Amino acid sequence: MKNTPLIEAAEKEFSQAGSSRREALSKAIRLGLKAAFIALPLGLFEATQNKVFASPTSAVTDILNYALTLEYLENEFYATGLGTAGLIPASDQTVIAQIGKHEASHVTLLKTTIGQLGGTAVDKPEFDFTAGGAFADVFSNYTTFLALANAFEDTGVRAYKGQAAALVGQGDVLTAALNIHSVEARHASEVRRMRGLKGWITNAEAGGLPAAIYAGEDNYLQAGVDVRTLTMAPATAITECFDEPMAMTQVLAIAGGFIK
Amino acid sequence: MKAKQKHQAILQSSFAKPFSRKNFLRMGLLSGTVLVTGLDACKKSDGNMNSGGNTIDVGMGDTGILNFAYALEQLEAAFYTKVATSFYGSIPDAEKQLLTDIRDHEIAHRDFFKAALGADAISTLQFDFSSINFSDRASVLGTAKALEDTGVSAYNGAGAYITNPDYLTLAGKIVSVEARHASAIRDLLQPKSADFAGDDVVNPVTGLDFSRTPNAGSPSIVETANGFLITKISANQLP
Repeated sequence: MKNTPLIEAAEKEFSQAGSSRREALSKAIRLGLKAAFIALPLGLFEATQNKVFASPTSAVTDILNYALTLEYLENEFYATGLGTAGLIPASDQTVIAQIGKHEASHVTLLKTTIGQLGGTAVDKPEFDFTAGGAFADVFSNYTTFLALANAFEDTGVRAYKGQAAALVGQGDVLTAALNIHSVEARHASEVRRMRGLKGWITNAEAGGLPAAIYAGEDNYLQAGVDVRTLTMAPATAITECFDEPMAMTQVLAIAGGFIK
Repeated sequence: MKAKQKHQAILQSSFAKPFSRKNFLRMGLLSGTVLVTGLDACKKSDGNMNSGGNTIDVGMGDTGILNFAYALEQLEAAFYTKVATSFYGSIPDAEKQLLTDIRDHEIAHRDFFKAALGADAISTLQFDFSSINFSDRASVLGTAKALEDTGVSAYNGAGAYITNPDYLTLAGKIVSVEARHASAIRDLLQPKSADFAGDDVVNPVTGLDFSRTPNAGSPSIVETANGFLITKISANQLP
Protein backbone atom coordinates (compact mmCIF):
# COMPACT_ATOMS: atom_id res chain seq x y z
CA MET A 1 0.00 0.00 0.00
CA LYS A 2 1.38 3.33 -1.06
CA ASN A 3 0.97 6.22 1.28
CA THR A 4 -0.90 8.59 -0.98
CA PRO A 5 -2.97 10.84 1.30
CA LEU A 6 -0.28 13.50 1.16
CA ILE A 7 -0.36 13.68 -2.60
CA GLU A 8 -4.14 13.68 -2.56
CA ALA A 9 -4.17 16.47 -0.02
CA ALA A 10 -1.76 18.48 -2.10
CA GLU A 11 -3.79 17.91 -5.25
CA LYS A 12 -6.96 18.86 -3.43
CA GLU A 13 -5.34 22.00 -2.14
CA PHE A 14 -4.26 23.06 -5.57
CA SER A 15 -7.48 22.09 -7.33
CA GLN A 16 -9.40 24.17 -4.83
CA ALA A 17 -7.21 27.09 -5.68
CA GLY A 18 -8.37 26.88 -9.28
CA SER A 19 -7.05 25.59 -12.56
CA SER A 20 -4.80 28.57 -13.18
CA ARG A 21 -2.91 27.62 -10.07
CA ARG A 22 -2.50 24.09 -11.34
CA GLU A 23 -1.23 25.37 -14.66
CA ALA A 24 1.22 27.59 -12.87
CA LEU A 25 2.48 24.62 -10.94
CA SER A 26 2.98 22.38 -13.91
CA LYS A 27 4.79 25.26 -15.55
CA ALA A 28 6.92 25.55 -12.45
CA ILE A 29 7.75 21.88 -12.61
CA ARG A 30 8.79 22.18 -16.23
CA LEU A 31 10.76 25.26 -15.37
CA GLY A 32 12.40 23.44 -12.51
CA LEU A 33 13.79 20.96 -14.98
CA LYS A 34 14.78 23.59 -17.49
CA ALA A 35 16.29 25.75 -14.83
CA ALA A 36 19.30 23.49 -14.76
CA PHE A 37 20.23 24.76 -18.17
CA ILE A 38 18.76 28.23 -18.28
CA ALA A 39 18.88 29.87 -14.91
CA LEU A 40 22.02 28.54 -13.27
CA PRO A 41 24.06 31.20 -11.54
CA LEU A 42 26.91 30.43 -13.85
CA GLY A 43 29.54 32.52 -12.18
CA LEU A 44 29.08 30.82 -8.86
CA PHE A 45 28.75 27.41 -10.42
CA GLU A 46 31.92 27.66 -12.47
CA ALA A 47 33.87 29.24 -9.69
CA THR A 48 32.84 26.43 -7.38
CA GLN A 49 33.60 23.72 -9.88
CA ASN A 50 37.03 25.08 -10.68
CA LYS A 51 38.23 26.07 -7.29
CA VAL A 52 36.77 23.44 -5.08
CA PHE A 53 39.96 21.40 -4.91
CA ALA A 54 42.39 24.26 -5.29
CA SER A 55 43.38 24.52 -1.64
CA PRO A 56 41.82 23.48 1.62
CA THR A 57 40.83 27.00 2.61
CA SER A 58 39.31 27.98 -0.70
CA ALA A 59 37.47 24.66 -0.82
CA VAL A 60 35.90 25.53 2.51
CA THR A 61 35.10 29.14 1.65
CA ASP A 62 33.62 28.03 -1.67
CA ILE A 63 31.27 25.73 0.20
CA LEU A 64 30.42 28.52 2.60
CA ASN A 65 29.77 30.89 -0.31
CA TYR A 66 27.44 28.31 -1.79
CA ALA A 67 25.65 28.12 1.57
CA LEU A 68 25.60 31.92 1.76
CA THR A 69 23.89 32.11 -1.63
CA LEU A 70 21.13 29.83 -0.38
CA GLU A 71 20.82 31.82 2.84
CA TYR A 72 20.60 35.08 0.87
CA LEU A 73 17.73 33.53 -1.00
CA GLU A 74 15.90 32.39 2.11
CA ASN A 75 16.58 35.61 3.97
CA GLU A 76 15.25 37.85 1.21
CA PHE A 77 12.27 35.56 0.68
CA TYR A 78 11.12 35.75 4.30
CA ALA A 79 12.01 39.43 4.68
CA THR A 80 9.91 40.25 1.64
CA GLY A 81 7.04 38.10 2.89
CA LEU A 82 7.16 39.61 6.34
CA GLY A 83 7.28 43.09 4.81
CA THR A 84 4.24 42.50 2.62
CA ALA A 85 1.11 43.68 4.41
CA GLY A 86 -1.74 41.20 4.40
CA LEU A 87 0.27 38.22 3.13
CA ILE A 88 1.00 36.27 6.30
CA PRO A 89 -2.03 35.63 8.51
CA ALA A 90 -1.72 36.84 12.08
CA SER A 91 -1.77 33.22 13.30
CA ASP A 92 1.45 32.44 11.40
CA GLN A 93 3.38 35.67 11.93
CA THR A 94 5.35 34.38 14.91
CA VAL A 95 6.54 31.27 13.11
CA ILE A 96 7.56 33.04 9.90
CA ALA A 97 9.28 35.81 11.89
CA GLN A 98 11.28 33.21 13.84
CA ILE A 99 12.40 31.53 10.62
CA GLY A 100 13.24 34.88 9.06
CA LYS A 101 15.30 35.83 12.09
CA HIS A 102 17.39 32.67 11.75
CA GLU A 103 18.00 33.12 8.03
CA ALA A 104 19.20 36.68 8.61
CA SER A 105 21.55 35.38 11.31
CA HIS A 106 22.87 32.69 8.98
CA VAL A 107 23.72 35.29 6.34
CA THR A 108 25.65 37.37 8.87
CA LEU A 109 27.40 34.36 10.35
CA LEU A 110 28.49 32.95 6.99
CA LYS A 111 29.76 36.30 5.74
CA THR A 112 31.77 36.75 8.95
CA THR A 113 33.15 33.23 8.82
CA ILE A 114 34.18 33.51 5.17
CA GLY A 115 36.01 36.71 6.01
CA GLN A 116 37.74 35.13 9.00
CA LEU A 117 38.97 32.32 6.77
CA GLY A 118 40.50 34.84 4.38
CA GLY A 119 37.87 34.38 1.70
CA THR A 120 35.60 36.90 0.02
CA ALA A 121 31.88 36.59 0.57
CA VAL A 122 29.89 36.50 -2.67
CA ASP A 123 27.48 39.36 -3.29
CA LYS A 124 23.79 38.78 -2.89
CA PRO A 125 22.31 37.81 -6.24
CA GLU A 126 19.14 39.40 -7.57
CA PHE A 127 16.23 37.12 -6.92
CA ASP A 128 13.02 36.49 -8.78
CA PHE A 129 10.77 34.59 -6.42
CA THR A 130 8.14 34.24 -9.13
CA ALA A 131 10.66 32.05 -11.00
CA GLY A 132 9.91 33.72 -14.30
CA GLY A 133 6.21 34.06 -13.54
CA ALA A 134 5.57 30.45 -12.48
CA PHE A 135 4.85 31.63 -8.94
CA ALA A 136 3.44 35.02 -9.90
CA ASP A 137 1.35 35.25 -6.73
CA VAL A 138 4.16 34.30 -4.31
CA PHE A 139 3.74 37.50 -2.28
CA SER A 140 -0.03 37.87 -2.68
CA ASN A 141 -1.19 34.29 -2.07
CA TYR A 142 -0.10 32.81 1.25
CA THR A 143 -0.56 29.25 -0.02
CA THR A 144 2.05 29.88 -2.69
CA PHE A 145 4.35 31.62 -0.23
CA LEU A 146 4.20 28.70 2.18
CA ALA A 147 4.75 26.18 -0.63
CA LEU A 148 7.94 27.98 -1.65
CA ALA A 149 9.05 28.23 1.97
CA ASN A 150 8.65 24.45 2.13
CA ALA A 151 10.67 24.07 -1.06
CA PHE A 152 13.51 26.29 0.17
CA GLU A 153 13.74 24.67 3.61
CA ASP A 154 13.73 21.07 2.39
CA THR A 155 16.23 21.97 -0.33
CA GLY A 156 18.38 23.78 2.24
CA VAL A 157 18.52 20.69 4.44
CA ARG A 158 19.64 18.58 1.49
CA ALA A 159 22.18 21.19 0.39
CA TYR A 160 23.98 21.41 3.76
CA LYS A 161 23.91 17.65 4.13
CA GLY A 162 25.45 17.30 0.69
CA GLN A 163 28.50 19.32 1.78
CA ALA A 164 29.08 17.77 5.21
CA ALA A 165 31.51 15.13 3.97
CA ALA A 166 33.64 17.79 2.27
CA LEU A 167 34.00 19.53 5.63
CA VAL A 168 35.37 16.54 7.56
CA GLY A 169 38.19 17.69 9.80
CA GLN A 170 37.15 21.37 9.63
CA GLY A 171 36.27 21.57 13.31
CA ASP A 172 34.24 24.65 14.18
CA VAL A 173 33.27 25.35 10.57
CA LEU A 174 31.81 21.86 10.26
CA THR A 175 30.04 22.21 13.60
CA ALA A 176 28.54 25.54 12.50
CA ALA A 177 27.36 24.01 9.23
CA LEU A 178 25.77 21.12 11.13
CA ASN A 179 24.14 23.55 13.54
CA ILE A 180 22.62 25.47 10.62
CA HIS A 181 21.60 22.23 8.91
CA SER A 182 19.46 21.08 11.83
CA VAL A 183 17.85 24.50 12.20
CA GLU A 184 16.78 24.34 8.56
CA ALA A 185 15.30 20.93 9.34
CA ARG A 186 13.36 22.37 12.27
CA HIS A 187 12.03 25.05 9.92
CA ALA A 188 11.19 22.50 7.22
CA SER A 189 9.21 20.36 9.64
CA GLU A 190 7.19 23.33 10.88
CA VAL A 191 6.43 24.71 7.42
CA ARG A 192 5.47 21.26 6.10
CA ARG A 193 3.09 20.76 9.00
CA MET A 194 1.56 24.20 8.41
CA ARG A 195 0.85 23.00 4.87
CA GLY A 196 -0.93 19.92 6.21
CA LEU A 197 1.95 17.57 5.43
CA LYS A 198 4.00 15.42 7.76
CA GLY A 199 7.11 17.09 9.12
CA TRP A 200 9.20 14.36 7.45
CA ILE A 201 9.50 13.28 3.85
CA THR A 202 7.69 10.07 2.91
CA ASN A 203 9.16 8.21 -0.08
CA ALA A 204 9.91 10.92 -2.65
CA GLU A 205 6.51 12.58 -2.28
CA ALA A 206 6.79 16.17 -3.42
CA GLY A 207 3.64 17.65 -1.83
CA GLY A 208 2.82 19.55 -5.00
CA LEU A 209 6.35 20.94 -5.38
CA PRO A 210 8.74 20.18 -8.24
CA ALA A 211 9.73 16.52 -8.06
CA ALA A 212 13.42 17.43 -8.42
CA ILE A 213 13.45 18.70 -4.82
CA TYR A 214 12.67 15.22 -3.50
CA ALA A 215 14.49 13.10 -6.07
CA GLY A 216 16.21 10.21 -4.30
CA GLU A 217 14.41 10.62 -0.97
CA ASP A 218 12.78 7.21 -1.51
CA ASN A 219 16.04 5.49 -0.69
CA TYR A 220 16.25 2.28 1.35
CA LEU A 221 19.96 1.74 0.92
CA GLN A 222 22.13 3.04 3.76
CA ALA A 223 25.83 2.21 4.05
CA GLY A 224 25.39 -0.38 1.33
CA VAL A 225 22.59 -2.26 3.05
CA ASP A 226 18.86 -2.33 2.33
CA VAL A 227 17.50 -1.19 5.68
CA ARG A 228 14.24 -3.05 4.99
CA THR A 229 16.17 -6.26 5.71
CA LEU A 230 17.31 -5.00 9.13
CA THR A 231 14.17 -3.78 10.83
CA MET A 232 10.49 -4.39 11.41
CA ALA A 233 9.81 -0.68 10.86
CA PRO A 234 7.62 -0.16 7.79
CA ALA A 235 9.24 0.72 4.48
CA THR A 236 7.70 4.19 4.39
CA ALA A 237 9.22 4.91 7.80
CA ILE A 238 12.64 3.90 6.49
CA THR A 239 12.42 6.52 3.76
CA GLU A 240 11.19 9.07 6.29
CA CYS A 241 13.88 8.47 8.86
CA PHE A 242 16.86 9.08 6.59
CA ASP A 243 16.98 12.49 4.88
CA GLU A 244 19.05 12.33 1.73
CA PRO A 245 21.81 14.75 0.71
CA MET A 246 21.82 16.63 -2.56
CA ALA A 247 24.80 17.56 -4.72
CA MET A 248 25.63 21.19 -5.41
CA THR A 249 24.73 20.99 -9.11
CA GLN A 250 21.23 19.71 -8.37
CA VAL A 251 20.66 22.28 -5.64
CA LEU A 252 21.78 25.09 -7.91
CA ALA A 253 19.50 23.79 -10.64
CA ILE A 254 16.59 24.23 -8.24
CA ALA A 255 17.71 27.48 -6.61
CA GLY A 256 18.83 28.86 -9.97
CA GLY A 257 15.21 29.16 -11.04
CA PHE A 258 14.85 31.92 -8.48
CA ILE A 259 18.03 33.79 -9.32
CA LYS A 260 17.91 36.47 -12.03
CA MET B 1 0.73 -9.75 8.70
CA LYS B 2 2.24 -11.88 6.00
CA ALA B 3 4.56 -9.10 4.98
CA LYS B 4 5.75 -8.83 8.55
CA GLN B 5 6.56 -12.54 8.71
CA LYS B 6 8.46 -12.18 5.49
CA HIS B 7 10.37 -9.26 6.93
CA GLN B 8 11.20 -11.22 10.01
CA ALA B 9 12.49 -14.09 7.92
CA ILE B 10 14.69 -11.72 5.95
CA LEU B 11 15.83 -10.12 9.15
CA GLN B 12 16.82 -13.43 10.69
CA SER B 13 18.56 -14.67 7.58
CA SER B 14 20.47 -11.44 7.23
CA PHE B 15 21.90 -11.88 10.68
CA ALA B 16 22.46 -15.59 10.21
CA LYS B 17 24.53 -15.00 7.10
CA PRO B 18 27.60 -12.80 6.96
CA PHE B 19 25.67 -10.47 4.66
CA SER B 20 25.66 -7.29 6.65
CA ARG B 21 29.06 -7.99 8.06
CA LYS B 22 30.56 -8.14 4.62
CA ASN B 23 29.01 -4.84 3.63
CA PHE B 24 30.15 -3.04 6.70
CA LEU B 25 33.56 -4.58 6.56
CA ARG B 26 33.92 -2.88 3.22
CA MET B 27 33.27 0.39 5.00
CA GLY B 28 35.83 -0.43 7.62
CA LEU B 29 33.25 -0.16 10.32
CA LEU B 30 34.46 -3.11 12.31
CA SER B 31 37.95 -1.82 12.83
CA GLY B 32 37.31 -0.20 16.20
CA THR B 33 37.02 -1.78 19.57
CA VAL B 34 34.46 -1.49 22.31
CA LEU B 35 35.42 -1.51 25.92
CA VAL B 36 32.94 -3.36 28.03
CA THR B 37 33.71 -2.89 31.67
CA GLY B 38 32.26 -4.81 34.54
CA LEU B 39 30.01 -6.87 32.32
CA ASP B 40 31.43 -10.30 32.80
CA ALA B 41 28.05 -11.70 33.74
CA CYS B 42 26.35 -10.30 30.68
CA LYS B 43 26.18 -11.68 27.19
CA LYS B 44 26.67 -9.09 24.52
CA SER B 45 23.95 -10.03 22.10
CA ASP B 46 20.99 -10.50 24.39
CA GLY B 47 19.18 -7.99 26.53
CA ASN B 48 19.65 -9.66 29.87
CA MET B 49 21.58 -6.95 31.57
CA ASN B 50 21.66 -6.88 35.32
CA SER B 51 21.25 -3.67 37.19
CA GLY B 52 23.99 -2.61 39.52
CA GLY B 53 27.16 -0.64 39.10
CA ASN B 54 27.90 -1.86 35.60
CA THR B 55 28.83 0.72 33.04
CA ILE B 56 29.20 0.22 29.32
CA ASP B 57 31.71 2.47 27.64
CA VAL B 58 30.77 3.29 24.06
CA GLY B 59 34.36 3.09 22.85
CA MET B 60 36.64 5.39 20.95
CA GLY B 61 36.87 7.11 17.57
CA ASP B 62 34.19 6.77 14.94
CA THR B 63 33.02 3.49 16.44
CA GLY B 64 32.58 5.16 19.80
CA ILE B 65 30.52 7.94 18.26
CA LEU B 66 28.34 5.49 16.37
CA ASN B 67 27.85 3.45 19.56
CA PHE B 68 26.96 6.62 21.42
CA ALA B 69 24.36 7.33 18.72
CA TYR B 70 23.21 3.72 18.97
CA ALA B 71 22.66 4.12 22.72
CA LEU B 72 20.58 7.27 22.18
CA GLU B 73 18.55 5.61 19.44
CA GLN B 74 17.91 2.64 21.70
CA LEU B 75 16.65 5.04 24.34
CA GLU B 76 14.36 6.89 21.93
CA ALA B 77 13.01 3.68 20.38
CA ALA B 78 12.23 2.20 23.80
CA PHE B 79 10.54 5.40 24.96
CA TYR B 80 8.25 5.78 21.93
CA THR B 81 7.49 2.06 21.92
CA LYS B 82 6.18 2.45 25.45
CA VAL B 83 4.28 5.61 24.47
CA ALA B 84 2.60 3.82 21.55
CA THR B 85 1.80 0.72 23.61
CA SER B 86 -0.73 2.72 25.64
CA PHE B 87 -1.29 6.25 24.44
CA TYR B 88 -2.36 8.89 26.92
CA GLY B 89 -6.09 9.46 27.16
CA SER B 90 -8.11 11.27 24.46
CA ILE B 91 -5.09 11.64 22.20
CA PRO B 92 -6.14 13.03 18.80
CA ASP B 93 -5.59 10.73 15.81
CA ALA B 94 -3.09 13.08 14.20
CA GLU B 95 -1.00 13.10 17.37
CA LYS B 96 -1.18 9.32 17.59
CA GLN B 97 0.01 9.05 13.99
CA LEU B 98 2.84 11.50 14.61
CA LEU B 99 4.14 9.61 17.65
CA THR B 100 3.76 6.27 15.85
CA ASP B 101 5.79 7.62 12.93
CA ILE B 102 8.53 8.78 15.27
CA ARG B 103 8.55 5.40 17.02
CA ASP B 104 9.05 3.67 13.68
CA HIS B 105 11.84 6.08 12.73
CA GLU B 106 13.71 5.50 15.99
CA ILE B 107 13.31 1.73 15.69
CA ALA B 108 14.75 1.86 12.19
CA HIS B 109 17.64 4.03 13.38
CA ARG B 110 18.33 1.65 16.28
CA ASP B 111 18.23 -1.46 14.13
CA PHE B 112 20.40 0.17 11.52
CA PHE B 113 23.11 1.10 14.01
CA LYS B 114 23.07 -2.35 15.55
CA ALA B 115 23.65 -3.95 12.16
CA ALA B 116 26.18 -1.31 11.10
CA LEU B 117 28.26 -1.77 14.23
CA GLY B 118 28.06 -5.55 14.07
CA ALA B 119 30.50 -7.11 16.51
CA ASP B 120 31.44 -3.67 17.82
CA ALA B 121 27.92 -2.80 18.94
CA ILE B 122 27.30 -2.21 22.63
CA SER B 123 24.74 -4.41 24.32
CA THR B 124 21.01 -3.99 24.15
CA LEU B 125 20.27 -1.50 26.92
CA GLN B 126 17.53 -1.68 29.52
CA PHE B 127 15.53 1.30 30.58
CA ASP B 128 13.83 2.76 33.59
CA PHE B 129 11.03 5.10 32.57
CA SER B 130 9.51 5.32 36.03
CA SER B 131 10.03 9.09 36.04
CA ILE B 132 7.55 9.43 33.17
CA ASN B 133 3.78 9.40 33.55
CA PHE B 134 2.77 7.74 30.28
CA SER B 135 -0.90 8.55 30.83
CA ASP B 136 -0.12 12.26 30.97
CA ARG B 137 0.32 14.18 27.73
CA ALA B 138 2.57 16.84 29.22
CA SER B 139 4.88 14.23 30.74
CA VAL B 140 5.14 12.24 27.51
CA LEU B 141 5.60 15.19 25.17
CA GLY B 142 7.93 16.94 27.60
CA THR B 143 10.15 13.86 27.64
CA ALA B 144 9.91 13.52 23.87
CA LYS B 145 10.99 17.13 23.47
CA ALA B 146 13.98 16.62 25.76
CA LEU B 147 15.03 13.43 23.99
CA GLU B 148 14.76 14.91 20.50
CA ASP B 149 16.61 18.10 21.40
CA THR B 150 19.27 15.99 23.10
CA GLY B 151 19.57 13.84 20.00
CA VAL B 152 20.02 16.87 17.74
CA SER B 153 22.66 18.45 19.96
CA ALA B 154 24.45 15.10 20.35
CA TYR B 155 24.74 14.39 16.62
CA ASN B 156 25.73 17.98 15.92
CA GLY B 157 28.32 17.97 18.67
CA ALA B 158 29.86 14.66 17.66
CA GLY B 159 30.02 15.51 13.95
CA ALA B 160 33.34 17.31 14.10
CA TYR B 161 34.97 14.25 15.71
CA ILE B 162 33.91 11.85 12.96
CA THR B 163 36.81 11.07 10.63
CA ASN B 164 35.08 8.95 7.99
CA PRO B 165 33.15 11.18 5.54
CA ASP B 166 30.58 8.43 4.89
CA TYR B 167 29.70 8.22 8.57
CA LEU B 168 29.40 11.98 8.75
CA THR B 169 26.91 11.99 5.89
CA LEU B 170 25.08 9.13 7.57
CA ALA B 171 24.86 11.07 10.83
CA GLY B 172 23.63 14.03 8.79
CA LYS B 173 20.86 11.92 7.27
CA ILE B 174 19.65 11.05 10.75
CA VAL B 175 20.14 14.31 12.64
CA SER B 176 17.89 16.33 10.35
CA VAL B 177 15.11 13.82 10.97
CA GLU B 178 15.65 14.19 14.73
CA ALA B 179 15.39 17.95 14.21
CA ARG B 180 12.14 17.46 12.29
CA HIS B 181 10.86 15.43 15.24
CA ALA B 182 11.94 18.04 17.77
CA SER B 183 10.18 20.76 15.81
CA ALA B 184 6.95 18.78 15.53
CA ILE B 185 6.90 17.82 19.22
CA ARG B 186 7.61 21.38 20.25
CA ASP B 187 4.79 22.59 18.02
CA LEU B 188 2.40 20.10 19.63
CA LEU B 189 3.25 21.61 23.00
CA GLN B 190 3.12 25.26 21.90
CA PRO B 191 1.29 25.40 18.54
CA LYS B 192 2.26 28.11 16.08
CA SER B 193 4.65 29.71 18.54
CA ALA B 194 8.36 30.31 17.99
CA ASP B 195 9.04 27.18 20.02
CA PHE B 196 9.51 24.78 17.07
CA ALA B 197 12.95 26.37 16.78
CA GLY B 198 12.85 28.30 20.03
CA ASP B 199 15.50 30.60 21.42
CA ASP B 200 16.18 27.96 24.10
CA VAL B 201 17.61 25.57 21.48
CA VAL B 202 18.57 27.84 18.59
CA ASN B 203 20.86 30.71 19.47
CA PRO B 204 18.79 33.81 18.61
CA VAL B 205 21.88 35.78 17.58
CA THR B 206 23.78 33.26 15.45
CA GLY B 207 20.82 31.14 14.34
CA LEU B 208 22.76 27.99 15.32
CA ASP B 209 21.43 24.94 17.10
CA PHE B 210 23.19 24.36 20.42
CA SER B 211 25.40 21.33 19.91
CA ARG B 212 27.20 19.43 22.64
CA THR B 213 29.86 16.77 22.86
CA PRO B 214 28.89 13.69 24.91
CA ASN B 215 30.43 14.80 28.20
CA ALA B 216 30.03 18.56 27.92
CA GLY B 217 27.79 20.52 30.26
CA SER B 218 25.87 19.61 33.33
CA PRO B 219 23.93 17.47 33.03
CA SER B 220 25.89 16.15 30.06
CA ILE B 221 24.18 14.16 27.34
CA VAL B 222 25.64 11.00 28.84
CA GLU B 223 24.19 11.93 32.23
CA THR B 224 20.80 12.76 30.71
CA ALA B 225 20.72 9.39 28.96
CA ASN B 226 21.81 7.61 32.13
CA GLY B 227 18.78 9.09 33.88
CA PHE B 228 16.72 6.58 31.88
CA LEU B 229 19.18 3.68 31.87
CA ILE B 230 19.37 0.70 34.20
CA THR B 231 22.78 -0.19 32.85
CA LYS B 232 24.67 3.08 32.63
CA ILE B 233 26.80 4.13 29.70
CA SER B 234 29.97 6.17 29.64
CA ALA B 235 31.82 7.90 26.84
CA ASN B 236 35.17 8.14 28.55
CA GLN B 237 37.12 8.00 25.32
CA LEU B 238 35.08 10.71 23.62
CA PRO B 239 35.11 14.47 24.28
